[in-house]
Amino acid sequence: MNLAKTLMASTALTVAAGALAAQDMESPVAGEPMIDSMTLVSWGGAYQNSQQKAYVEPYIEMNPEVSATWDESSNEAVAKLRAMAEAGNITWDLVDVVASDAIRLCDEGLAMEVDHDDILKPAPDGTDASDDFGDLIVSDCFIPQIVYSTTFGYRTDMVPEGVDAPDSVCDVWDTETYPGKRSLERRPINNMEWALYCDGVAKDEIYDVLATEEGQDRALDKLDEIKDDVIWWSAGADTPQLLADGEVFMGSTYNGRLFSVIEEQDQPVGMLWDMQVFDLDGWIIPEDLEEAELNRVLDFLWFATDTQRLADQSAYISYGPARESSAPLVSTHAELGIEMAPHMPTDPDNAENTLLYNYEFWADYRDDIDAKFQAWLAQ
Amino acid sequence: MSRLSSSGPQTADAPTPEDAFHETATLDDRARGPQRGTEADGPMLAADGTPLKKSLARALRAQKLRALALIAPLLIFVLVTFIAPIADMLFRSVENQIVRDTLPRTSAALATWDAESGDLPPDSAFEALYSDLFLAAEARRHTRLGQRLNYENTGMSSLFRGTGRDVDDFGEANVEMLEDLDDRWEEAEFWISMTSGTGGAAVLDAARERFIRLDDLSTRGPLGDAWCGVKGVFGAPCAVSAEDVDLGFTLSGDFAETFPRTAEAYAEFAVFMAIEEEETVADDEPWEAVYVALDRDLRALSPEELAAYDGPEAEALRAAQAALADVPPVDFRAAFVASDEDWGTVEPWRTIRTYAPPYTTGYFLNAVDMQKTPDGPALRDEDERIYGLLFQRTLFMSLMITFSCILLGYPVAWLLANLPMRTANLLMILVLLPFWTSLLVRTSAWKVMLQQQGVINDVLVWLGLVADDGRLIMINNQFGTIVAMTHILLPFMILPLYSVMQTIPPSYMRAAKSLGATPLTAFRRVYFPQTVPGIGAGSILVFILAIGYYITPEIVGGTTGTFISNRIAYHISSSLNWGLAAALGSILLVVVLVLYWAYDKIVGIDNVKLGG
Repeated sequence: MNLAKTLMASTALTVAAGALAAQDMESPVAGEPMIDSMTLVSWGGAYQNSQQKAYVEPYIEMNPEVSATWDESSNEAVAKLRAMAEAGNITWDLVDVVASDAIRLCDEGLAMEVDHDDILKPAPDGTDASDDFGDLIVSDCFIPQIVYSTTFGYRTDMVPEGVDAPDSVCDVWDTETYPGKRSLERRPINNMEWALYCDGVAKDEIYDVLATEEGQDRALDKLDEIKDDVIWWSAGADTPQLLADGEVFMGSTYNGRLFSVIEEQDQPVGMLWDMQVFDLDGWIIPEDLEEAELNRVLDFLWFATDTQRLADQSAYISYGPARESSAPLVSTHAELGIEMAPHMPTDPDNAENTLLYNYEFWADYRDDIDAKFQAWLAQ
Repeated sequence: MSRLSSSGPQTADAPTPEDAFHETATLDDRARGPQRGTEADGPMLAADGTPLKKSLARALRAQKLRALALIAPLLIFVLVTFIAPIADMLFRSVENQIVRDTLPRTSAALATWDAESGDLPPDSAFEALYSDLFLAAEARRHTRLGQRLNYENTGMSSLFRGTGRDVDDFGEANVEMLEDLDDRWEEAEFWISMTSGTGGAAVLDAARERFIRLDDLSTRGPLGDAWCGVKGVFGAPCAVSAEDVDLGFTLSGDFAETFPRTAEAYAEFAVFMAIEEEETVADDEPWEAVYVALDRDLRALSPEELAAYDGPEAEALRAAQAALADVPPVDFRAAFVASDEDWGTVEPWRTIRTYAPPYTTGYFLNAVDMQKTPDGPALRDEDERIYGLLFQRTLFMSLMITFSCILLGYPVAWLLANLPMRTANLLMILVLLPFWTSLLVRTSAWKVMLQQQGVINDVLVWLGLVADDGRLIMINNQFGTIVAMTHILLPFMILPLYSVMQTIPPSYMRAAKSLGATPLTAFRRVYFPQTVPGIGAGSILVFILAIGYYITPEIVGGTTGTFISNRIAYHISSSLNWGLAAALGSILLVVVLVLYWAYDKIVGIDNVKLGG
């Protein structure tokens, strides 16, 4: 559970003593030949916008000769990258993926293994990048950017009178007290863990139980209790829409999406942080880039993943910066002007009871449990 | 004329090419005079003496070739950009070279092992796995194999990833022993001088071949080779040519004979350095696997045998043999089990053995809810069966959508065909307008219409037809999919129907009525049969489009309204199990072809009309 500790620590407001030397360091490839265009792959929407504002635009301002093209393919990055590699024609320079995809790309040999200390800027106080990112470096190919979480939102105006607002993930199962539909993601990941947790399995035993046939059946039985009340989503925008339409009482989605429903669109929706599942998102560099391409990517990464830039990103979206040293620099939302720290999934008040995405477990069990889960869904 | 009749009975009244054929032949015969004229049933000859049949066939062939040359650009284009990639993709449903290419020695060592005995494989299999896995891990190909095998046996992914990380340290003690014994063992030049010579080219070639197979899995079977040829034309060849690689040294035949494992491991190291790192053996000391192989070789030789070896650095080898006697041999079995205790169970070994052949039925079995078991293919557990259900559902829903389209489209097409031109044109625009709108927009619009807080439910509640807490569930189920897809596919039914109906003269119906038929009889006996070709064409279009749909069911289908194509999309883009996706796709293709064939038998494809 070291990851948890790192996450907690990253929000503790330890002001870094300003060893300014690190700030002026040039990227390790400065002066080398570089191409002038980059194809960046991301998710589109508000997240891509936060990247554009926080570091792509500033980078282009510093290097006016560079142009950046976005490809909104992160959702299918693994399949597309594999197809590109087989066709012998990789057209992407830098790809934004979730950590589990980064691990798979690394496994497939499609992503480049990197030495984080060599290619990433140290923290302002001189801490090595690998220590600054800490355990968030879950793969040799993965350069973390943000910590996000999958959690629940609920309609505050649909809470029955005389009843407290839901404060536990198990209220999802309590359809008596909180009538109304729920929306859950159409995949086993997260749902199975929540089901076991609410069936009385201790948090640190969830994955041991889930590794057994009985445990999987137990989780599905638990989900069976609410199967008729669930609308299954597959796109991150579904739950916010369903909540806004009043189609569901509560539903799971990414915390940044809920932030935008609540704060930016002013909908009567509340956050339920209990048992939020932490996950990571970051860059990978495709394997076998041309040298000039690679130099450009490394030069960009050096800038885009430094302490200040990651902190800047949180002004546009409520995801926590992956560097420990960025946490104290998180300030206010760029347009709304509200303090962002309390909206971070890693804020101590929000992170009282959390779960970590277990990459190793799901790499092994994903196919197996997914087959069961989909068969269960289809019945 | 008597001779003409002798050349065969003429049945047709009008002149046919056949007539001309006979005519020429007869005239020809006549010109040749009496010497052949008597043989009425011999082969007829052309002017140059070749049989006429042949000469005519030749003339026709030239014509056909000309015609073929005209369509050749299109044909080649379709073959290269459409048929070949599809065939290439579908071929993945059976191909399985990855296991044999990544673990060739292990596959061979397991060939004689009886997986059902319950015993673990022999030590030789562990040793083979070590040398296979070491190279695969250096080339970062072991995790890819782990993913492949994880489809069959949960846990293989992390097993290979974890052991791939540890495999460098197997036999650490023996490696250190050698290195401590003499500094020269850590020098690249020392190794080159020990192994260099002539006569070992075969070992190097084998290593090249082996590494290229391991490293480039995009050449798959005969089809893959052909496809690589095509790709080569466009400048993206699949494989590095083995001959182009300069290894920077040549292997001694004597050394390879005395130290076979070491020679093999060193050759693989050399090839790896040359291809992957673009360096040569001179740039780095060998990796651990070479030391471990030498340790094995030295132990296999008796001191007398080694004494007889007179190759370079023989003294150092003899010293090493003596020194290694003090450390125990590398226990591969213990090392693997220490890395992951699963290696001490039969399961992973059985999986490797079962999937070692280069072609597998595993994906197809999986696609019909079956799996390989020791007793042959068997159905999966009930709670894991999904594809049979999905195939049935896909067919059922596609048929429902087709019938709904006929029911709704027929009257509209009739109206279009029978209204005055001005009104018909306006209606036509209404039919085509949604056709020009984005598929996603139309699907999302249905979501807004049908959801529980949606337009239709709101109206029903407002009218008092349903209670506020009893709103109808019309989306995220089969109903939603059928409604949305019927709407989306309706133009494909209306347009062929309309073009067929337009050609039916209104006078037929009038004639039927004037002969005493009721409107219903006139429609049933006169009008409807003439529209059947339009229905046929529309149904084929709608059904085949429907069966492959996946965006709309994904959005509005919920859990009961999804198609098999949603699973195919999942396996292509999410689970990366392309083999299974290809198997499912092949089955879907075969089902469609069978249905098409049945349709041709029952209705007749000649009866299909897309236009007047």
